This record gives sequence, structure tokens and C-alpha cells, in this order.
Amino acid sequence: MIAPLSDAGALGPRGVLVAGFFVGIAFGACLERAGLGSARKLMGQFDLTDLAVFKVMFTAIVTAMLGLFWLSRSGVLDLDRLYLPETFLLPQLAGGVIFGVGFALAGLCPGTSCVAAATGRGDGLAVVLGMFSGVLFTGWLVPAFGGFFLSTARGGFTLPSLFGVPQGMVVLAIVAVALAGFAASARIERWAARGRAGA
Amino acid sequence: MTTPERSEGPRPYADPYLAGVALGLVLLSAFVLVGRGLGASGAFATLAASTVNAVSGSLAQKNSFFADHLDAGGPWRDWLVVELAGVVIGAWISAALAGRLRFMVERGPHSSVAGRLAVAAAGGAVMGAGAVLARGCTSGQALTGGALLSVGSWVFIAGAFAAAYVAAWLRRGAWS
Repeated sequence: MIAPLSDAGALGPRGVLVAGFFVGIAFGACLERAGLGSARKLMGQFDLTDLAVFKVMFTAIVTAMLGLFWLSRSGVLDLDRLYLPETFLLPQLAGGVIFGVGFALAGLCPGTSCVAAATGRGDGLAVVLGMFSGVLFTGWLVPAFGGFFLSTARGGFTLPSLFGVPQGMVVLAIVAVALAGFAASARIERWAARGRAGA
Repeated sequence: MTTPERSEGPRPYADPYLAGVALGLVLLSAFVLVGRGLGASGAFATLAASTVNAVSGSLAQKNSFFADHLDAGGPWRDWLVVELAGVVIGAWISAALAGRLRFMVERGPHSSVAGRLAVAAAGGAVMGAGAVLARGCTSGQALTGGALLSVGSWVFIAGAFAAAYVAAWLRRGAWS
């Protein structure tokens, strides 16, 4: 195992920050190239006329997931040393629902709002400022609803352990669902465009 | 659809599948380099905690959420803050190279500039609340946790997209 490099000692604390900066540059460039810094394009996901959000996001998830699977199988990367976000079932379900409502209003997510703001969009900057105040305000309130905030904690909890199946089977299932979704995307977009033209 | 000018004007966006593969490789390189994925709302949390801490250190330490986001010992030592600064610079460079830098407020044909900015800010604030509860957003939960097969991340993805479809349907016509 030689990766993660930070863990293997190849990257010190300063190296980790420098790596983070360059990873961020590449991240921002990918989002901008895909057009996801545009609220109008992003909203196409929700009237089904442009499924770029689904295509980019699921292609990225599948690519990274297959890469992780293959790198760990070939003994390069130790999956157990990756930071796995902890699961809190109910807070994350409720948080997801609240987040989704905000997403549809804003037309941008936190990352893409930064891309929008950086490329000159005033609505992107408004989302960034709103996001900051929302995190500040809700973070302030966390002690008041600490019981719910920490409820249904499952620690690091993955789909293979939830279903009791090997990692490879979950990987295969997600790839199959993603491919079916990609195959359906063009058809859905055509159908939605016809519906809009007829409306 | 807008057709780009032959010489001037913005270049069209990249193919979504190509951009997705590139984004997936960026995420994979983050895992390989530093053992963690991408994020955005976490940087907002660190900046909010640092702001409270600058006003009053004891106030920040009394709040478990802010205290948890002060671990790095200064915002510029936090991986996600540095990464998000990179996102801003990377997006600017990419847009500049493609001729896509332009001051504007993107909005539907029937929205005023002030109306769009108000809804955008409100949407951002609501997203901020959701991201605090969910411990992340479309980057830290959906992309990163999704690739790591985290149960909570897939719960977040399902909840977020279901709610976004309902909310967008209730506001149908806002963009067309």
C-alpha cells in the first residue's frame, strides 16, 4: 500500500494543503467546463430538458468508485485509511430534504455557487452569501437541537455492510443503474423538450 | 440554445460525460493524495466557525458545531478552505480561457434582478441549514460519500433530489 500519500508520509501537512489547492483548481475547472456554474443550465435537471447534473455527477461517482475499487484490489490504496463521512440517518435525510428545497430555489449548490460567483454571476454571489449566513445561523442553533442532530448515528456505514454483500456487487449495481440512467437520459430530454414546445 | 460566434463569444460547454470522467479522476486523485474527497459546505462551516471565533473565542468553543470546525487551527490551515479557494481560481481560469467571464445575474424571463438575487440568497440560506444537518452537500456527501458507498450519503442524495424536484415543480415557470 502506498496510498493515500499523506498517510504514507510522502506528503506533510504543508504538502496536503498545497495538494488541496491544486485539487480545488481542477475541481472548479471541471464544474465550469461542464456548465454547472450556470443556474439556468442546472435547473434543466429539474424540468428534465438538460440532465447535465445527473450525467456529470453520476459519471464522476462511477469513475471514482471504480478507481477506488481497482486501486484497492491491486494493493495500491488502503480503503480503510480514507476518511469516510459518518452516517446519521434521520438528520441526513432531513438535511437532504431541506438542502434540496434550497438547491431548487438557488439554482446552484454550494460548490457551483462559488463557480458562478467566480465567473461574474451576481446570483452566484447571492447564493454564497446566503449559504454562509445559513451555516452560521444553523450552526449557532445546533446545541438547541443536539438530540436530533446526533440521533440515529451509525458511524462509518457503507452499503455493502448494510446489505451484507461484497463491495464488488454494490459497485456493479451502481454502475448498472447509472448506465440505465444514461441510456434513458437522451430520451427523457427529448420528451421534456417536446412537452415544453407543446405547452 | 445559443450558437457561439465564430471568432468571439463564449465557447460551448464540454460534453457532460467527458466532464464527469474528469471530475471523477479529480475526486480519485484527492483520495490517493490526501485520503479524503472533495467538499464545499465544510469550508463554509470552517469560515463561519472562524468568524464566530474571531468575535469571541469562548462563544465558539461553547458551541459543539463551531468547536468541531476549528480543529485545523486557523481557516487557511483547513484543507477544505484551501480547496474551495482553488475552486474559485480554477473556475475563473477555465471561464477566462473559454471566453465565458461576464458580469450578469442569471434569471428567468419574468424575474427581476432584485427578485432573483433575493430568491438566490434565500435558497443559499436554506441549503446552508440542510448542509449543517446533513454534514455536507453535493460535494462532500453526494460525490465523495457516494463514491465511498456511504449509506448516509446515498440517503442524502435521495432526499435532496426528491425535494428539489418537488420544489422546482412548485416553482415551475420561474425559469421559462
